[in-house]
Amino acid sequence: MTFQDALQLARPEVFLAASTLVLLVWGAFRGDKAMGEVSIGASLALFVAAGFAAVSPEGTAFAGGFIADGASSFGKVAIYLISPVAIYLGDRWLVRVGNGRFEFPILILLAALGMGMMVSAGDLISLYIGVELQSLALYVLAAFRRDDVKASEAGLKYFVLGALSSGLLLYGSSLIYGFAGSTHFDLIAKSIEGGAAGTGVLFGLVFLICGLAFKVSAAPFHMWTPDVYEGAPTPVVGFFAAAPKLAAMLLLARVLSEGFGAALEQWRQIIVVAAFLSVAVGAFGGLAQSNIKRLLAYSSIANIGYALIGLSAGSAEGMEAVLVFMVLYMIDVTGFFACLGALSRDGKPMEQLSDFAGLARVRPGMALALTALSFSVMGLPPFSGFWAKMFVFKAAIASGQWALAAVLLLGSVVAAFYYLRLIKTMWFDTAPGQTDKEPLDAKGVAIASALFCFPVVLPALAVLEPLAKTAALAFGLK
Amino acid sequence: MTGILSLITFAPMIGVAAILALRAMSAGQDTAVVANRAKIVALVTSLVTLALSVFLVSKFDAKDTGFQFVETVTWFSGATYRMGVDGISILFVLLTAFLLPICILASWESVTDRVLEYLAAFLLLETLVIGVFCALDLVLFYLFFEGGLVPMFLIIGIWGGKNRVYAAYKFFLYTLLGSVLMLAAILAMASIAKTTSIPDLMVFKFDPQVQMLLWLAFFASFAVKMPMWPVHTWLPDAHVEAPTAGSVILAGILLKMGGYGFLRFLLPMFPQASVYFTPLVFAMSVIAIIYTSLVAFRQVDIKKLIAYSSVAHMGFVTMGIFSGNAQGVQGAIFQMLSHGVIAGALFLCVGVVYDRMHTREIAFYGGLANRMPWYAAVFLLFTMGNVGLPGTSGFVGEILTMTGAYHVSTWTALAATTGVILSAVYALSLYRRVMFGELVNPKLAAIQDLTVREVVIFAPLIASTLILGVRPGLIFNLTAASVDHLVGAYKAAVGG
Repeated sequence: MTFQDALQLARPEVFLAASTLVLLVWGAFRGDKAMGEVSIGASLALFVAAGFAAVSPEGTAFAGGFIADGASSFGKVAIYLISPVAIYLGDRWLVRVGNGRFEFPILILLAALGMGMMVSAGDLISLYIGVELQSLALYVLAAFRRDDVKASEAGLKYFVLGALSSGLLLYGSSLIYGFAGSTHFDLIAKSIEGGAAGTGVLFGLVFLICGLAFKVSAAPFHMWTPDVYEGAPTPVVGFFAAAPKLAAMLLLARVLSEGFGAALEQWRQIIVVAAFLSVAVGAFGGLAQSNIKRLLAYSSIANIGYALIGLSAGSAEGMEAVLVFMVLYMIDVTGFFACLGALSRDGKPMEQLSDFAGLARVRPGMALALTALSFSVMGLPPFSGFWAKMFVFKAAIASGQWALAAVLLLGSVVAAFYYLRLIKTMWFDTAPGQTDKEPLDAKGVAIASALFCFPVVLPALAVLEPLAKTAALAFGLK
Repeated sequence: MTGILSLITFAPMIGVAAILALRAMSAGQDTAVVANRAKIVALVTSLVTLALSVFLVSKFDAKDTGFQFVETVTWFSGATYRMGVDGISILFVLLTAFLLPICILASWESVTDRVLEYLAAFLLLETLVIGVFCALDLVLFYLFFEGGLVPMFLIIGIWGGKNRVYAAYKFFLYTLLGSVLMLAAILAMASIAKTTSIPDLMVFKFDPQVQMLLWLAFFASFAVKMPMWPVHTWLPDAHVEAPTAGSVILAGILLKMGGYGFLRFLLPMFPQASVYFTPLVFAMSVIAIIYTSLVAFRQVDIKKLIAYSSVAHMGFVTMGIFSGNAQGVQGAIFQMLSHGVIAGALFLCVGVVYDRMHTREIAFYGGLANRMPWYAAVFLLFTMGNVGLPGTSGFVGEILTMTGAYHVSTWTALAATTGVILSAVYALSLYRRVMFGELVNPKLAAIQDLTVREVVIFAPLIASTLILGVRPGLIFNLTAASVDHLVGAYKAAVGG
């Protein structure tokens, strides 16, 4: 393969990187008044990259470090399409709070680029580079409101704990390299063929999974999530609750299936425990929350638990389920945070559960959107969250883990309580007063995602499901 | 005729869309005027749905044992949009379409708050319930079955009584807990049988060991919905707090989804497990019949009393279904339809005095027959129907389910007969305490008898109670072929 061909495979990322640099220079010259222009440019760049990813040829480039296949295209299109939404929401939101700076879209672009690298990673080095590029951009984004104590706290916490997890990831990678003799997934797979995975490699794998579990905020590595969700700017949370999780799940799926497919029985135990703990922590932890952003943090922990169940199936069906799950979840969560970004009372964002009292009377449209999104995340049919859960549980049951599936389904009943409480607050309680007029941008995104979760999802599934099925074949599982 | 089931199922959604459009167009207008228009839209929609269902029944071929009016559209791998009705489900479609206009009429004056949302919720519920009875795909069935929780949760929680939030939570979480187990079972069946088509699964032979687990999972869901003792405790709370029309829907239709589930899934798909667990179901049914009848007798709230009596009557249904013979199953279906009408009517009767006095306490009333002779007559008829007096539809179901159970277990049938006596005890004592005696409470001195609207509401219910009581064949002609087919397949599978 010539260098030219290699660049062809990485065209979306090359294009994104170049656009980022151009926009950065543009912004540096024009200053913060260029934020709008940079945002538009960044969004366009992401759309173009998504287009490139959709028609990308398949193959392996840069000596095996970069993979372009069905799964990576699927992930990239999803990530590059959801990122402009984050730019749009964040840009407007930051302007409203008087904190608009042109670095914001640039940082989202860099994070998206990192995620693109993650889903294309073919060896442990590009894995690490992708993860770090994404994480560093997100640390800064979490602390983007630098005058805000809580945001700074969130950014710092995220950074310190994130650095720890990167350390775990690197340590695990070095062990695997030492014992398996290579950093390439396919070569690692060769060295452990026939169940020959030694203790050293497995030891490394445990660290690797722990590091990635941190990135997707799976229990017991979830501690940072509620604090960071609470402190970071709302649209930023909406971004890093969505796209990076998809990227990290895809990466985890790729490492586990392409690199450690032969050690399925070993890693499945870890994933099952993580799934179980995540659902338990998410379901029970959320019960005690009165801050809606913290509540959503626990909800995201529980939902990652469900995605991990699909992963634990270790089958093509399971990977397909994870992809469908993450895409549907991503849209739900974007809508949820768009609602939070839209709603405020007397200029203060509504973040306590009690702020939502009687919203159905004051703002019926927003209340309806939030209700649909809540039922969706709860996993109630016919909303999109139900289909997401159905796919992962179906895969888990088909792979024989019906007891785990039944227990975790019961966990979803516990979690249902706190979503119901939100709905109850909005519909059954009396309103303390008017809310401010919602900005059109956030309201539009909120209503669009609510409409997606029902009824658009019903025909959309007929398109999404075959796409995910094809993408999941790339992992080479049965 | 293809497409008529989808049309009936989604016709109420057209009404919902019209109400939403009305809401958007008439911003700033007088809410009372807008509400009246919405009521008319909702009533017309539900009447059209009823007309379509009657048309459906008239086109139904009662001799055919299979599913009719089948529609199949491939959706995505793992789910197919497949609808169809047989002799068992078609009557529940009709019952739903029959009760909905009555519910809307019953709320005509009693609901004044957020009327548009209220009507939309009811129409949405109608779509989902009819969908449950028409769905021939497991996933589609679950979608409708579970989706019904949303409007009902809102109906109880927004328009309910004092303790509505507690009741709404209890209703939702109880039902959800049962249903998620069913979801696990549905997914397991899909992975074992490689299909989610209900007609295919009805002839698929599951391994007896697997059947046990699947049976238990489905049973958990339907037993809660039914509700059977000991998972019935959500029902009295939900009934007491729900608005009148909500109670009618709950007792009249939603409970029947449990019995329908037993007939559609447990008996045909898991026959060995059904036989194995029959003693359990019989025990639970008998306890429900006797225990909840006794509990009903001690209630101080009229609605709660009727709610407990519903649980007791559902005990007859489960007993009849699991007797596994034609009488039992026919009786169970008949009992469900009859109970849908009678319990619905009784809740409407409570609604009549509640609208006037805003209390449901039995001790508050007394001597109403003096001021409200027409009301007393109507209430008496439905009380008698509830007791199972021959000549009313309540009798037919009880006698048939007991006959059916007698063939299988004499003791069960014997114990169930005590329930007939006990139902007379609580129902007649309720009637005595509310209607007879002197009118002592001064607040009741000016209470008015039934209005024209209320007479219009009760007329079809009275007619169907009496007609079905003397001509039960109207129902049996429709169900016979399907029930014989079901029972025949069941007996063949268990070698009886």
